[in-house]
Amino acid sequence: MSTETAADDKRPLLSVRDLVQEFVVREGGGTRAGVVQAVSGVSFDIRPGETLGIVGETGSGKSTLARAILQSPRPKSGTVSFRGSELTRLRGRQLLAARRNLQFVFQDPFGSLDPKWQVRSIIEEPLIAYAAGDRQARRKRVDELLDLVGLDPARYAKRHPRELSGGQAQRIAIARAVALEPDLLICDEAVSSLDVLIQAQVLNLFEKLRRELGLSYLFIAHDLALVKQVSDRVGVMYLGKFCEVGPGESVYRQPLHPYTRALLDSIPSTEPGAGRKTTTLRGEPPSPVSPPSGCRFRTRCPRAADRCAAEVPEPRELFPGHQVACHFPLTEPADPAAAAQATATHTTATAPG
Amino acid sequence: MSQATTDALLEVEDLRVAFAVGGREIRAVDGVSYRVEPGQTLAIIGESGSGKTVGCRAIMGLLPAAAMISGSARLRGSELIGLSDAQLRKHRGSDLAMVFQDPARSLNPTMRVGAQITEAIRTHRKLGKPQAKAEAVELLRLVRIPAPDRRFHEYPHQLSGGMRQRVMIAIALACRPKLLIADEATTALDVTTQAQIMELMLELQAELGMSLLFISHDLGLAASYADEVVVMYAGKIVEQAPAGKLFGAGGTVRMRYTRALLDAIPHIERAAHTELPVVSGRPPDPADLPPGCSFAPRCAHAADDCLAKAPALAEHSPGHSWACWHPCENGVAP
Repeated sequence: MSTETAADDKRPLLSVRDLVQEFVVREGGGTRAGVVQAVSGVSFDIRPGETLGIVGETGSGKSTLARAILQSPRPKSGTVSFRGSELTRLRGRQLLAARRNLQFVFQDPFGSLDPKWQVRSIIEEPLIAYAAGDRQARRKRVDELLDLVGLDPARYAKRHPRELSGGQAQRIAIARAVALEPDLLICDEAVSSLDVLIQAQVLNLFEKLRRELGLSYLFIAHDLALVKQVSDRVGVMYLGKFCEVGPGESVYRQPLHPYTRALLDSIPSTEPGAGRKTTTLRGEPPSPVSPPSGCRFRTRCPRAADRCAAEVPEPRELFPGHQVACHFPLTEPADPAAAAQATATHTTATAPG
Repeated sequence: MSQATTDALLEVEDLRVAFAVGGREIRAVDGVSYRVEPGQTLAIIGESGSGKTVGCRAIMGLLPAAAMISGSARLRGSELIGLSDAQLRKHRGSDLAMVFQDPARSLNPTMRVGAQITEAIRTHRKLGKPQAKAEAVELLRLVRIPAPDRRFHEYPHQLSGGMRQRVMIAIALACRPKLLIADEATTALDVTTQAQIMELMLELQAELGMSLLFISHDLGLAASYADEVVVMYAGKIVEQAPAGKLFGAGGTVRMRYTRALLDAIPHIERAAHTELPVVSGRPPDPADLPPGCSFAPRCAHAADDCLAKAPALAEHSPGHSWACWHPCENGVAP
């Protein structure tokens, strides 16, 4: 803290504040039918070397959030500060230069690899685009990258995407994403389409890159266990907002938001018959065109009370670094009538350890 | 196992499916036998290319004519393999129905969902339009779709993924099948929706007295929802047992491949950033299967005997079969 460099290390790599993204939906004739509130005021930081995981259902806005960070398309409002530069204000060449350190891996590897290109050219493209080294150096770098993602350059460099399995294609997409040694890799459902054994291989690869290159990740997935595996901190998104953010261990061991609890309860466990407990969340998320007033989760929440409809819950830090946006978090009684009964839970829940 | 009793709903025996591709024979399903009892939930688990889907499509008669199918699949004693399309159509829908992974692609985007369900009803049953419509609304209600009268008139794109899958299940149930085959029916869905659809299928199974055969890559799903679990690798069954014998406190997985699948699933109990136990490589080329155990090239415990000769699937303890020369002891991989 005393020197400037130490202060620099503490500075977040990515700092997102009050990010809002909306899309206008139109009816057949082009009349405005409503506004999809895809991301509604999201704030978070990612420190160097840190992985933030984001979980949420389809339509929670997690992919829109990732794209808004990349400025494609640009967010409606809010700020995205990456390595000290404000991405929302950058244009053209400056934005391209800033994005060099901010790379992306999508869900479908085949959709993001040009089928007519050889693997070598695919990985080399960002090196050419950012004029990183001459032909000789680039060739060497491609070989290194293939090696890094566990593919033999002699066997794979000349292949086309169609000659690759899903796992191999995803490795190529990762090799391309890390070619320029970015600081931050945004992974949007990057392993969701892979078989479990291949998925484990790719997850280990992410872990290796984190260790060896000091890479930070924004890791977006709907699979909670997967996110836990790779993340230091986890944010839970529902209808465009974070309902809970905190250290992975804390969020999973002691979820504070009823939605997080419901998500955790939906994970198939390897206990026989575990699925037949019928405690799963009822219903589906409401439309983001007209989200519920107050707390957006209240229409599906078992603990919802009048206050939840009237007042938007602001994020509160209940444990170190662990925030929840809920009027009646799980450590507190749901309503006054249940107070006596829940006091016991409260005491045990907040006990140290 | 050999004393075939006739009370099984579906009895599959030595099912084989092969394709000729570019002069090479690809054995997609290679001698698979299992039974589905009335009211039972059977899970068939395997990676892409393990033959789990091809095997079920062979039973449904949904494979292209070029597929070479042999063996037997008897539904309540009557043979399905080798039936003509017209003969099979009598079974499909009435005795047997299937739900697929992608409801968006299985539904006709230009038809209202109600019309699609009504069509399915009227294909199999002699009902007038008003009765069929009433029946369709009833089916939408059965699959717990809120406001079924309104949803009846909607198009697939107006429904969420979970709702579309409910519509697919409604269509599958139109003629009250005895056996519902769900092929990765929840794979494309969110965890919460997946849990809802799995529970819906189990509730309907109990309500309607059906059997459920679900195909998945997710061993966790099998553990949570199935009575009996079949694990496939490279076209063969490598392990089979009641879920209680494989998972949980009293369970032991014996086949090395099943163990590897189980270990590779990220668990919320696992600390972050820990290395997942992985098996290298990928499933063998089905046109060029190794002479020994198909999993041997990827197995850390493979010995000479594994490479030389394929272990047969045998019932080593009551109800629990596996195909491995060196099985895991007490479910733990040493």
